[in-house]
Amino acid sequence: MGRYVFKLPDVGEGTAEAELVAWHVKVGDMVAEDQIIADIMTDKATVELTSPVAGKVLAAHGEPGQQLAVGSPLVEFEVEGAGNASADAAPAPAKAEPAPSPKAETPKVEAAPAPVAAGGNFVFKLPDVGEGTAEAELVGWHVKVGDVVSEDQLLAEVMTDKATVELTSPVAGAVVALHGEAGQQLAVGGPLVSFNVEGKGNQGEAPPPSNPAPQASVPLTGGQTKAVAPISSPLRGEGDHPKPKAKDGGGAPAARTLSARNERPLASPAVRNRARDLGIELQFVPGSGPAGRIEHGDLDAWVASGGRTPSAPGSSAGSTYAKAEGTTETRIIGVRRKIAEKMAESVRRIPHITYVEEIDVTALEELRAHLNAKKRKDQPKLNVLPFIARAMVVALRDQPTINSHYDDEAGVLTTHAAVHIGIAAQTPNGLMVPVVRHAESLDPWDTALEIARVSGAAKDGSAKRDELTGSTITITSLGTLGGVIHTPIINHPEVAIVGPNKIAERVVVKDGQMVVRKMMNLSSSFDHRIVDGHDAAVFVQRIKGLLEHPATLWMS
Amino acid sequence: MAETIKTKVLIIGAGTGGYVAGIRCGQLGLDTVLVDGGDGLGGTCLNVGCIPSKAIIHAASKFETVSKAAAGGTLGITASKPAIDLAQTTAWKDGIVRKLNAGVAALLKKSKVKVIKGWANFTDAKTCTVKTADGDITISAEHVILATGSEPVELPFLKFGGDVISSTEALSLDKVPGKLVVVGGGYIGLELGIAFRKLGAEVAIVEMADRLLPLYDKALTDPVAKWLEKHGVELHLGAKAGSFEKGQLNVTTRDGAALTLKANKVLVTVGRRPRTQGWGLENMGVAMAGPFVKIDDRCATSMKNVWAVGDLTGEPMLAHKGSAQGEVVAEIIAGHNKRFDPVTIAAVCFTEPEIVSAGLTPLDVEGRDDVLTAVFPLMAIGRALALEAGDDGGFVRVLASKTDHRLLGVQAVGQHVSELSNSFAQMLEMGAVLEDVSGTIHVHPTMGEAFHEASLRALGHAIHI
Repeated sequence: MGRYVFKLPDVGEGTAEAELVAWHVKVGDMVAEDQIIADIMTDKATVELTSPVAGKVLAAHGEPGQQLAVGSPLVEFEVEGAGNASADAAPAPAKAEPAPSPKAETPKVEAAPAPVAAGGNFVFKLPDVGEGTAEAELVGWHVKVGDVVSEDQLLAEVMTDKATVELTSPVAGAVVALHGEAGQQLAVGGPLVSFNVEGKGNQGEAPPPSNPAPQASVPLTGGQTKAVAPISSPLRGEGDHPKPKAKDGGGAPAARTLSARNERPLASPAVRNRARDLGIELQFVPGSGPAGRIEHGDLDAWVASGGRTPSAPGSSAGSTYAKAEGTTETRIIGVRRKIAEKMAESVRRIPHITYVEEIDVTALEELRAHLNAKKRKDQPKLNVLPFIARAMVVALRDQPTINSHYDDEAGVLTTHAAVHIGIAAQTPNGLMVPVVRHAESLDPWDTALEIARVSGAAKDGSAKRDELTGSTITITSLGTLGGVIHTPIINHPEVAIVGPNKIAERVVVKDGQMVVRKMMNLSSSFDHRIVDGHDAAVFVQRIKGLLEHPATLWMS
Repeated sequence: MAETIKTKVLIIGAGTGGYVAGIRCGQLGLDTVLVDGGDGLGGTCLNVGCIPSKAIIHAASKFETVSKAAAGGTLGITASKPAIDLAQTTAWKDGIVRKLNAGVAALLKKSKVKVIKGWANFTDAKTCTVKTADGDITISAEHVILATGSEPVELPFLKFGGDVISSTEALSLDKVPGKLVVVGGGYIGLELGIAFRKLGAEVAIVEMADRLLPLYDKALTDPVAKWLEKHGVELHLGAKAGSFEKGQLNVTTRDGAALTLKANKVLVTVGRRPRTQGWGLENMGVAMAGPFVKIDDRCATSMKNVWAVGDLTGEPMLAHKGSAQGEVVAEIIAGHNKRFDPVTIAAVCFTEPEIVSAGLTPLDVEGRDDVLTAVFPLMAIGRALALEAGDDGGFVRVLASKTDHRLLGVQAVGQHVSELSNSFAQMLEMGAVLEDVSGTIHVHPTMGEAFHEASLRALGHAIHI
């Protein structure tokens, strides 16, 4: 039996770290070669990591949401044969590994003896001081190394989201190590204080096999924090294993009071059990019994209806309009977190000016219909985006400043000759912006093909890094969903974003006559630090002129 | 050389929580070890609690009946003055306990649960060492179920020993004390105090609160107070017990006056506390909730695969709560999707008369205007009259929602009403509305008719009132 350490491979191009999105295995699992073990996200792409070996998972380092350094140990396996733990044969040899190199040794060696190495034979671990909190902030120490403390003596204060808690010593003994310093976040279950106590302590023997997770990982944190590790180290949380209980659902609900208990759905124990087995929240099931009591038949109907409220008579009004209770917490991690950060960053840094104009696209639509009717078989169907892209390319010739990146910290505006158009696309993971490169060099057919290709790649997750970065200006289209105007948020560090809205037939007055025209609103935002309102208006009016007279799109 | 055992499930404590968990684990095919160093199989409940106290209470009632027959006759029965040999009563009671001990042992054996007698001490959350008569045994387990129960609270100035006794000793006295002072007017003190009064002891009760059984509303406890008064039990409410010297208990009364009460025995029943000391709980890293071990609705502690059930986990400290939790935990360990989420855990006081409470009480709904309350007196129930249970102020009371008539709570006070507790709990647990109770034909003549009638009364059309 050997130990095999799988280190985080270089999943992007030259990325130094990646975010762990989710685990597909847990400690104790037997995995086969090529089985998916985790989802990892780099700046733009989410990658499934597969196991390079078959074996048993001994330790899984990191938790979803955490940034992991490329080359740091990700999973440790117990494998047939020698493993790689000593040979250091990382499966995906990363390039320079400056930061993680000290960690590249098998953590086993460093991990197991860590608390003991400090000389203590009793380690007091940070208890769960709040309701299911995974970590707490160390506010201050009341003891120092060398102190002899008695049982119940105050050791430290820790703070959770809600409260500051005084921790007292569970034992009498001499303090040999304090794990962490004031201000630091400590993982629940991680070592807090090492003592020398009379007798055996709790560190004398090998960790029991039944409890591998905390034992295998927690000391790692200890080893780091003891060295007064900088709090900002990206690896700080490496030992922050999910606390045993917190993930198991259930959590620690606040004790129900009797009165709250009676607000719950009325159902017999057998019905409640069955609902639990079916994974159904009774709160949402309409009951047909008196007072909205939920019977077995109501569960059947609920399941048959696919979990929707049946409109059949007899379903009780009481349950249809039942008060919903409880909250769901979702950790914003992965792509969602990236989007959140990016949006907040953009709005925080950029004073947006949004300008909306309506454009008569009757002629453009006629041209488009004509082109689509006459197109060759190998040509794609054209939607309105290639024309808008073309109009932007043409308009930018007169106003190149709008095709720029503004580095406000350096105070430098970089204006690009090439027009790389970002296409905001909804993907299963959320908003992504694949890029059509050199839009100025593409005819409408090529533009349409390229838009389809990069958005398809973003949606199915196969987009490469350079297909997701480097845009100089962005189109965000909500037109297919309807909507009159929107206020697009600029894709920082760009300075402009153009947003077509839905094309609709509207009555307009033309030459004194009311006529029906195909109209489209264009909602565009500009970085007002770079683009004055006047220039924004000129840019949009230029696009309007081009789109209303489509022939001019190709006249230089 | 110490023996070492590895097992799937390790249960600490063979009380109603622990042994039921053990049997269920065995039924589910889990390799299970049960360690008990306390009162014996069945724990407090079976050995020194529920069961033996009910035996003594039953004997006391029989004695009371014969005493009445001797003192001028009752129901036309006369008898000569009875005598009681409490040692024999205790022996009879011990026989019942032994029979049940053996029953539990047989059930555990049938479920292939390995029982180890000895005191466990945990070195970490999954490993303990048990000191047994045959040497130390080290047990490590995948799952640990903590069921260590509770123990009587001792007053520092009135320590147990000699004539200062806990409920445990009170159940094994060899003669009826001439003068018994009960410190603490909760249900245990009242049950035993009343039993000894029936057996002929002079009884005084010292309670710090302003009334007896302060957890129940006054209407529910009034019939008990009336019985105590009628039978000459001295009540010292709002009074604080002090030390016990030379057969005298020092008491400070409500107005601060010092008082001494003569006593042959002082029974201290001031509550029970979870047994969290002396077995290494502090080494297990589990979170606490006040004095109790904190658990979630799966009975999981903060430490993975460490579970806790029964009195150790909080109020109500009732055997039937512990055993229900024990079943839930065993099934969760076996991979079933279970939760401990009862609508109600009914509670009974075996006082004279008995008190039952299930679900919400008037104290819980104070200030709410959406609750219907209806009371039906046992005086109007034929069976109650025929059982001499109609004239002590007993009643059944229902609380229901005004808007949809769902049953919120049911209480009763009266002789023999303890047997109604499950009927109350069933209706609440099934989610019954008043119409369900009134639509169920209740057998005549029974005490349970009062539940039917109380529900009818809540609906505005009781028949017999």
